[in-house]
Amino acid sequence: MTEQLLFWVFAILTCGGALAVVVTQNVVRMAFWLVVSLGSVAALFFLLHADFLGAAQLLIYVGGTVVLLVFGVMLTASGHTIKVQTTPAETLLGCGVGLLLLCVLVFGINSVEWSDVASRIPKAGDSAAVTDHAEDVRLESAVTSAKSDESRDKAKNAQEAVLARRQSGRTLRQLGLSFFGLRPDRNLNQEAGKPLAPGYLLPFEIISIHLLVVLVGAAYLARAKRRVTPGLEADL
Amino acid sequence: MSGPLAVLTLENYFASVLKSCADSETVAMVAFVLAALTHAALLLGLFGGLPVFYIWLERKVAGRIQDRLGPTRVGGKFGWLQTIADGIKLIQKEDLVPKDADSLVFRMAPYLAGVASFVAFMVLPVADGWVGVAAECGAFLILALMSLEVLGIILAGYSSGSKWALFGAMREAAQMVSYEIPMAICALIPLLIAGSLNLQVVGRMQSGGFWNWFIFHDPFAFFAFFCYFTVATASVKRAPFDLAEAESELVAGFHTEYSGFRWSIFFLAEYASMFAVSGIAVLLFLGGWETGSGIETVIFGGGEGSGLRSWWKDVPIRGFGLGSYIANLFAVHVFVIKASLLVTLQIWVRWTLPRLRIDQVMTTCLKYLVPISCFLFLGAVLWPLILASTNGRPVVFGNALKSVVSSGSGSAPTVARTNSEVTR
Repeated sequence: MTEQLLFWVFAILTCGGALAVVVTQNVVRMAFWLVVSLGSVAALFFLLHADFLGAAQLLIYVGGTVVLLVFGVMLTASGHTIKVQTTPAETLLGCGVGLLLLCVLVFGINSVEWSDVASRIPKAGDSAAVTDHAEDVRLESAVTSAKSDESRDKAKNAQEAVLARRQSGRTLRQLGLSFFGLRPDRNLNQEAGKPLAPGYLLPFEIISIHLLVVLVGAAYLARAKRRVTPGLEADL
Repeated sequence: MSGPLAVLTLENYFASVLKSCADSETVAMVAFVLAALTHAALLLGLFGGLPVFYIWLERKVAGRIQDRLGPTRVGGKFGWLQTIADGIKLIQKEDLVPKDADSLVFRMAPYLAGVASFVAFMVLPVADGWVGVAAECGAFLILALMSLEVLGIILAGYSSGSKWALFGAMREAAQMVSYEIPMAICALIPLLIAGSLNLQVVGRMQSGGFWNWFIFHDPFAFFAFFCYFTVATASVKRAPFDLAEAESELVAGFHTEYSGFRWSIFFLAEYASMFAVSGIAVLLFLGGWETGSGIETVIFGGGEGSGLRSWWKDVPIRGFGLGSYIANLFAVHVFVIKASLLVTLQIWVRWTLPRLRIDQVMTTCLKYLVPISCFLFLGAVLWPLILASTNGRPVVFGNALKSVVSSGSGSAPTVARTNSEVTR
């Protein structure tokens, strides 16, 4: 109920902010609305319990990109407000690209078998703090008080099933290990002899090298072209 | 923070409810409400109360360092109520918006800074199990949230329509974007030792004696603490890095055009952020909510079910049985005192060191702090390998692999479970 309400609040803020970015003509106000829109997207991620994704969204888009955007505007703006005027051709082009993106998204969403996905999502209203502890106590007492080996095994299996289910939403460690080329989500408990699922070590390294090249390039472009005598430097 | 009296009455109420209804769902609900109330009171108390104290402390320390007395009149001999008087004065002031200002952004910017500073408190664990949002990637999240405050300051400076404010904002942007890099790298070193991004796990791994603190884990972590603290001081734009305000050059920097309530929001955010970065330093390097003398084990017992912690432990939410409650209340005080000592250090530095020039600030960061932090990170990565090859074990003191579950009682043993899951 609360989550539904919050979802609608942040969904409206996301769409409204995005719309305001398009409608506004002042660049700094655009940046402000962009913050609203991107921040609300992060909030939607947090609502879905995707903490890592939400934090990355905040760090990269809100904290990084928008700050750089405003910084760039400050360096280049001549007046204290600058207007962005679009020509009709640009508006048409923008609408076309937007429509194409919408088509891609709609087709993408339609092509997913949602009933299959829905079965893997933990039930709604699963309050972690309360149910976890109650269930732990119940299962532990079941394990210790079990009379026969058979019932103890049964209780242990149930306990492990609970642990596995609880693990399903917490993906941070699996994510980290995947970047090292390990796939604990796939490779644990798999049959011997089967090939291991590939991790993301190679793409990760390629992206790292790529970023390093970009950094070196930026430093090369931004270097002082000639010696500037100290004192004559432009103060920031 | 709610005082001990409030805690007892709440607990008594809770006990009566426990007796009256055997229905486990109701008990869970009451415990849930109690936990929620505690967290809310903690958040508001820390965010609203501590800055008030720090502003008084700043005046007092500044006075003493400059051979003055500081506030002496408002609220008794030591001027305890000086900040309240300041607040009343600020609220009465007229809410001015300059003619050239971009009114909407100008009005909103202080709240952006204030909210960014507040949300950082939500993921900061103040005791074992007492944290607003127990995120698994808490350290990453808190760094991301802290980086949002700069946005409010930049927008404030830009929308003011004043060149002084614009200069202040540009300096702030340049400074922030650079200082985030060494800050993240320095914070990574203790996280690397802990092997977790969960701040609660990081704090729990440093329990016991002070030799378990990550600052004493290896020489690189020791220097990383000082590197982190320097960078953290710069990231909350305190002197000697307060170029964004620089009274001697830029009138008042980014908040030149602000007055009254909106101005005070900036200051609330600044002092709250000082506590937040100090709290992160305490959690990552200085043992979190434990005193380091092992006195907690003597008074409260080790784990969940021993000593004082075993009182009223049949509560559906961990850390909220009566014994754990008292133990955690003690832990909150330890944490706040530790972080306040670091804030005092920041205040001390501010009134002792002269301000750097903007080019010196950038040089300090890009030419010194970034290479130093990278070197420290590399060293911290190689340290266990070197120890393992020479010493035969990856650490100097203590156990190589510490069980998080046995020493802790909070809601995050899941990470340890993941560990066993992975090694299985």
